[in-house]
Amino acid sequence: MRLWLPQASSSAAESDYLMLALVLAACAVLALVFGLIFVYVFKYRAGSGRDRGAIMEKTWRIEVAWTAATLLVFFGLFLWGGDLYVRLFRPPANALQIYIVGKQWMWKAEHQGGQREINALHVPAGRPVQLVMTSEDVIHSFFVPAFRTKRDVLPGRYETLWFEATTPGKYRLFCAQLCGAGHAQMIGEIVVMPEPDFQDWLAMNGGTGSGSMAEQGKILYMRNGCSGCHGGIGAGGAQSASTVPAPSLAGLYGSPVTLDNGEVVIADEGYIRDCILVPEKRRVASYPPIMPSFSGILGEEDVLKLVAFIKSLAPEVQR
Amino acid sequence: MSEATIAHEFQYSSASHQEESAIAGMWLFLATEVLFFGALFLAWIYARHFNQAGFDTGARETALAIGTANTVILITGSFAYSAGLAFAENGHNRLLILCCTIAWLLGLAFMILKFGIEWRDDFNRHMFPGPDFAITGPPGGGARLFWVFYFFGTFIHGLHLAVGLGLVAWIVWRASRGDFSPKYHTPVTAVGLYWSFVDVVWLILYPLIYLIGRAP
Amino acid sequence: MSVAEIEAPKPGRSYLTEGLTIRSWLFTTDHKRIAILYLITITIFFFIGGIAAAFVRYNLIAPEGMIGSAETYNRLFTMHGVVMVWFFLVPAVPVTLGNFLVPLMIGARDLAFPRINLLSWYLFVLAGAVVLYALFTGGLETGWTFYTPFSTLYSRGNVAAAALAIVISGFSSIATGLNFIISIHRLRAPGMTWYKMPVFLWSLYATSVILVLATPVLAMLLLLLTFERIFHIGVFDPAAGGDPLLFQHLFWFYSHPAVYIMILPGMGVISEIVPAFSSKPLFGYKFVVWCSIAIAVISFLVWGHHMFVSGQSLFSALVFSLLSFMVAIPSAIKVFNWLGTMHKGFIRFDAPMLYAIGFIGLFTVGGLTGLFVAALAADVHFHDTYFVIAHFHYVMVGGMVSAYFAGLHFWWPKITGRNYPEMWGRAAALIIFIGFNFTFFPQFILGYLGMPRRYHSYPPEFQDLNVLSSAGATILAAGYLLPLFYLTWSLLRGERASANPWGATGLEWKTSSPPPSENFAVTPVVTEPPYNYPLREATHSHV
Repeated sequence: MRLWLPQASSSAAESDYLMLALVLAACAVLALVFGLIFVYVFKYRAGSGRDRGAIMEKTWRIEVAWTAATLLVFFGLFLWGGDLYVRLFRPPANALQIYIVGKQWMWKAEHQGGQREINALHVPAGRPVQLVMTSEDVIHSFFVPAFRTKRDVLPGRYETLWFEATTPGKYRLFCAQLCGAGHAQMIGEIVVMPEPDFQDWLAMNGGTGSGSMAEQGKILYMRNGCSGCHGGIGAGGAQSASTVPAPSLAGLYGSPVTLDNGEVVIADEGYIRDCILVPEKRRVASYPPIMPSFSGILGEEDVLKLVAFIKSLAPEVQR
Repeated sequence: MSEATIAHEFQYSSASHQEESAIAGMWLFLATEVLFFGALFLAWIYARHFNQAGFDTGARETALAIGTANTVILITGSFAYSAGLAFAENGHNRLLILCCTIAWLLGLAFMILKFGIEWRDDFNRHMFPGPDFAITGPPGGGARLFWVFYFFGTFIHGLHLAVGLGLVAWIVWRASRGDFSPKYHTPVTAVGLYWSFVDVVWLILYPLIYLIGRAP
Repeated sequence: MSVAEIEAPKPGRSYLTEGLTIRSWLFTTDHKRIAILYLITITIFFFIGGIAAAFVRYNLIAPEGMIGSAETYNRLFTMHGVVMVWFFLVPAVPVTLGNFLVPLMIGARDLAFPRINLLSWYLFVLAGAVVLYALFTGGLETGWTFYTPFSTLYSRGNVAAAALAIVISGFSSIATGLNFIISIHRLRAPGMTWYKMPVFLWSLYATSVILVLATPVLAMLLLLLTFERIFHIGVFDPAAGGDPLLFQHLFWFYSHPAVYIMILPGMGVISEIVPAFSSKPLFGYKFVVWCSIAIAVISFLVWGHHMFVSGQSLFSALVFSLLSFMVAIPSAIKVFNWLGTMHKGFIRFDAPMLYAIGFIGLFTVGGLTGLFVAALAADVHFHDTYFVIAHFHYVMVGGMVSAYFAGLHFWWPKITGRNYPEMWGRAAALIIFIGFNFTFFPQFILGYLGMPRRYHSYPPEFQDLNVLSSAGATILAAGYLLPLFYLTWSLLRGERASANPWGATGLEWKTSSPPPSENFAVTPVVTEPPYNYPLREATHSHV
């Protein structure tokens, strides 16, 4: 019977400390409650003959006391849990991005260099990794117990989680959101490798011949007529002119965009996805709303390649 | 009639005790209806927030004239019923019956205008969010979602109005049998509260459907 | 206010003997008979939900799943959840003990709206029929939470029928809650001010407020779900401009307050039993009362803690976490107050008290583990694992079901006029406590180790703890079956009960066991505070 879980990420130890603190606090309260019950059950049972003495009249002092103590302990636990969560929420700027697509009932991973995996994910140790995830159908959830991390994977949008793996090894990946008959089969493994081994693995598995995700995205860009409005892309990433008023894509990723309702958003992965698949949600100010939707024409994996391509046109923000 | 001779159920101490409790119960029921429709309005506004352009495109196709006429009809109907209640409180039974009948007829007019004419017109112009929905292109998705809320919202409101028509008809029937007096007219008050509430729900639906997003 | 005089009841005459035909039961407006009708109905649902649970635990004995089909397993745990939540836990105490006792405790002859009370039972039966139809023909495999777009676009089950069944049961709940609120406001006997009411009434009042405000939101949501399922309206479908998260927000906006609908009446029961079996007034009455109200209010503000990893904003997550810690405080205060009641009391260990002590222990474990999932970073790990399952079963089953049994035993003499066999009662309480811990404590560990929920099969390293849990479940099942037999036996052969076999305070004990149809021959006038136990050794013996 295994009763321990490996700590394989940089935040796992701290999560475990938080949980341990919760266990200790809970045990303290339980010891008090069970202890008092035990004592009362003997000391104050009917017929014990004990002298009960005076019964407390003014009880509000003790009420305030135990309310205040409870409030203090709970607030402390909230702060600790919240602080770690905030740090887990935002990935570091230099995180290595890997794309994940969940579908009934498998996990598909695609590395920047075009390496593809199914129900497995190779990652380097000692470096932050950010997963950009979407679902092709229902809500799934990417759960790696050894990393103490989890995030739901939704259709129609991108969710991210990040971790820094510490110990090389193989760790279980579970789907944690009921997604149908194959929910319990949607299990994979995370393979953590030392950095040199990881680079070797990338080199060995990049041989699908299709090139990096950004290169595959460029091919899709040309093939689907994007260049017709947004301009062709030259050798150095220079855009040639186009006669149709469409926003330029060079340097778009990571920069602010003003929408026609006045809202200013940052053009992140989700923004680019929406522009391609549901353009009416993101009407850009001062451009006519003529961008067609590619929903049904491009699948989620194709869109991720286009996203990677458009990110490559903003080199200072690329990872 | 003196109070002691008006019947009341045995858990109450007097007829007025029962009446007040029944009216309190109706108010509490209406509070639950606020939460019921409130959830719908919340979902509506949430969907509109993420599909503003489409919703506005869809909203422009609504029949503003019919909607406005229906609003006037319902408000007049509520006024008529309230007048009837005032007459009941003062013992004018025939005027009570007249006012409730007017309210009922106005409610019926609403149903005919909304479901007989406006919905039929919406179907003919392919505004029903089915496979042959008329608005295509980028705002089509949001416009379709607007029309989904339009049909769903007016359907649920229509169900409530139909129940209201049944209740008002019941009041007219009981009044014609002489059941009500200045001392006892609890059902008239309770149904009046419900009838006005259905009116208030329409007053929120009206801008949501016909006004928001219509401005060029 | 006039006081109606009724002649003293003839001996042997009670609400049970007035009218012996089926018609007199099915068309009754007597709140006590309606309570019995409900008691029979929810007992049937408890066992249906329990049998589903038995199959779930049976399946989990082997890592590959003893039941071959994952789809069947998904239908079984969904049936367990849907039936237990809406057809047992939400109604349990309010419709049985509440319906029976509210008029008695306030000194009234019936509830404010007796015919609506009967209507609520018929709606409940109709809802039950529809849900059983949905669950047994085609089944439902979405979990009781119906998350979209799985339930709307991909499920092969009877989603629409199940959703409509729950909507109908919601109308039944709203009717019950409405009846209680108006009755407590308007039908209290002379002298019964708000602060003279027993805590059970305050708890039901708070429960009823949640019932009438939260349930309509669920009704609208499930209607939207049904239309999405049948007509593909697209409100929850991202491809149509909708949002699956909208479903989650609206669902949990009801379902979190719903868990307080389930537990508050149980806490009310414990607040009656602990003073009675300690022969001592409830410690901190006003604090306990206002804690019930605080729980009801704050319960509406914490729904996002079910969505910490679902995609809501960081700010929302922080606010919901803080409020979730806050909502735990009134519950903690109640536990301390119950202990304070026992302190320097004269404690007797009849079955109701054993269940109540078990409740205090098990509910405390459940409540404390709630803190684990309220803490944001910890919940990232625990969400959707067996830890959460263990947490809510400790509060719902270890807590609420124990409280329900406690109340059933405590008021059994009043309701039926018979005493149950005390030794069997104590034995069942003990077996349930032991079986429960064996079943659910291992699941905390399973959750920490990473076993996700709703898994038909699992990796072999989780087997030992699963086998232990399933073994415990057989003990728990035996414990739950015992009362079915000895309580039924007591109806036929149990000794007749006196008006007040426990020597408890409260207006319900001042009338006969079982009460006459009109409850009180003369409307009582209340002059004493609640829990007016004399501060000396209790000298009566259990009859």
